[in-house]
Amino acid sequence: MSGFAPEPIDTSVARMEADKVKLDVRDLDFFYGANQALKSVTIPFAANAVTALIGPSGCGKSTLLRALNRMYALYPGQRATGTIMLDGEDILGRGVNLPMLRARIGMVFQKPTPFPMSIHDNVAFGVRLYENLSKADMDARVEDSLRRAALWDEVKDQLSSSGLGLSGGQQQRLCVARCIAVRPEVLLLDEPTSALDPISSAKLEETVTQLKADYTIVIVTHNLGQAARLSNFTGFMYLGELVEFGETAGMFTKPATRRASDYITGRFG
Amino acid sequence: MAASPARIASRRAANAVFVFFCCLFTVLALGALAAILWSLLSQGLAGLNLAVFTKSTPAPGSPGGLANAIVGSIMLGIFAMALALMVGVMAGTWLAEYAGASRYGSVVRFLNDVLLSAPSILIGLFVYELLVAPFGGFSGFAGAVALALIAAPVITRTTEDVLAIQPTTLRESAVALGTPLWSVIRKILWRSASGGILTGALLAFARISGETAPLLFTALNNQFFSLDMSKPIANLPVVIFQFALSAYDDWRRLAWAGALIVAASVLAVTIIARILSREPRRS
Repeated sequence: MSGFAPEPIDTSVARMEADKVKLDVRDLDFFYGANQALKSVTIPFAANAVTALIGPSGCGKSTLLRALNRMYALYPGQRATGTIMLDGEDILGRGVNLPMLRARIGMVFQKPTPFPMSIHDNVAFGVRLYENLSKADMDARVEDSLRRAALWDEVKDQLSSSGLGLSGGQQQRLCVARCIAVRPEVLLLDEPTSALDPISSAKLEETVTQLKADYTIVIVTHNLGQAARLSNFTGFMYLGELVEFGETAGMFTKPATRRASDYITGRFG
Repeated sequence: MAASPARIASRRAANAVFVFFCCLFTVLALGALAAILWSLLSQGLAGLNLAVFTKSTPAPGSPGGLANAIVGSIMLGIFAMALALMVGVMAGTWLAEYAGASRYGSVVRFLNDVLLSAPSILIGLFVYELLVAPFGGFSGFAGAVALALIAAPVITRTTEDVLAIQPTTLRESAVALGTPLWSVIRKILWRSASGGILTGALLAFARISGETAPLLFTALNNQFFSLDMSKPIANLPVVIFQFALSAYDDWRRLAWAGALIVAASVLAVTIIARILSREPRRS
């Protein structure tokens, strides 16, 4: 157990104006079988902004992320209780169409996962599920998505070759392009640069910065510098609880809680 | 602490003995294989000529070939593999993606393993009771079903295994795009696992291409050229079996040629499939 005295959760959660909140998590508990991984987490994710989730390994950041698109529903032993409102609709409710939900909430994983098909088809894959575009429209969508993911110039002459042939950094940007091609409203990024070299990471960060204008972005990261550079809001999690949440500038310069302060200054984690 | 010179010497001797026996038995095993291949090649090539591929099986003493048996075997193989692939890929996919650790899943998995090692003559008898006796006659279809019953468990097992080793992240990233599970399987997992599924299909094909016992009770044989799968149909294994045991030299030569054709076609199909399924390489 931690030696810290209980502290009140930062109140800036309540200060965010309701109309700016895209995704509103309230009292979320999450269980892996009998193991509780999230304890009454309440956190708003603002529209057209980047929210970073930080905290030591095993604190529940990725679990929270995987609750937001109900990825956990793939596994019978995992369940979530509470509410997650997306534009006023509870996505944890019964009768939610999960494929449709996931088309609205895209996700990029830690490791690049190109599909075993051409670069073009990788990007077009998700689009084909929900839209019936002409060849010209599809080509335009693929180009637009690859441009937004800062990959177009590197692959424009090899769109028909396999996505598996790209470098790790390129593969990850391909996954971002594949994700935004579906035109989701929310982007979930689960440590998207942890498997990349510094140059690829920098490119991906640039991509995220550009995407911010159009998307609600949630990024889980162990890289505090990255959180500080990219995000507007930061949530600090510890042992399954959201310990502190607020604007990134404030959190990194003057954290309200001792745990967050210790983590950010590198004293633990 | 260093070992004494005597101890090192005895270790060296033990090692030499061990290596000697390893080499000896490797040579024995490879020697047997080489002897089989050599007799197959020398005897089979001697029996091969154009008539083997153009004429049907002859009466003793008259000229003839294996055309009816080759075509019959191809048809049996195609029908059997089509059936076995349908059943095997679907069953393997169900086991890997939907059954999980459920009780029904483990029962199916266990029974499949039993079927995997069932004696093929039993499968022949089973299909005889099911498709030959009630319908009043041997048929190519019955033969194809018997072969499919032998091939399907192999394909089921390999399909389940290769789907199970596909990375979770691949599955999840397809699901994260809003792909329904069925499409994830069809468009991503099968494609990604196609090399392994193909290997399973090839193993199954190699297994059934030499099977004789199940065909004796089902497709039987046909002395004449026939494309009718509802009638008895000639096939290489049964022809080889009958001709090899006969007293006629020309029949025995045809049996050798047939054996060579079976071996060569398994090899050819394997090579072609490997080329077709070559993985894209990283540049």
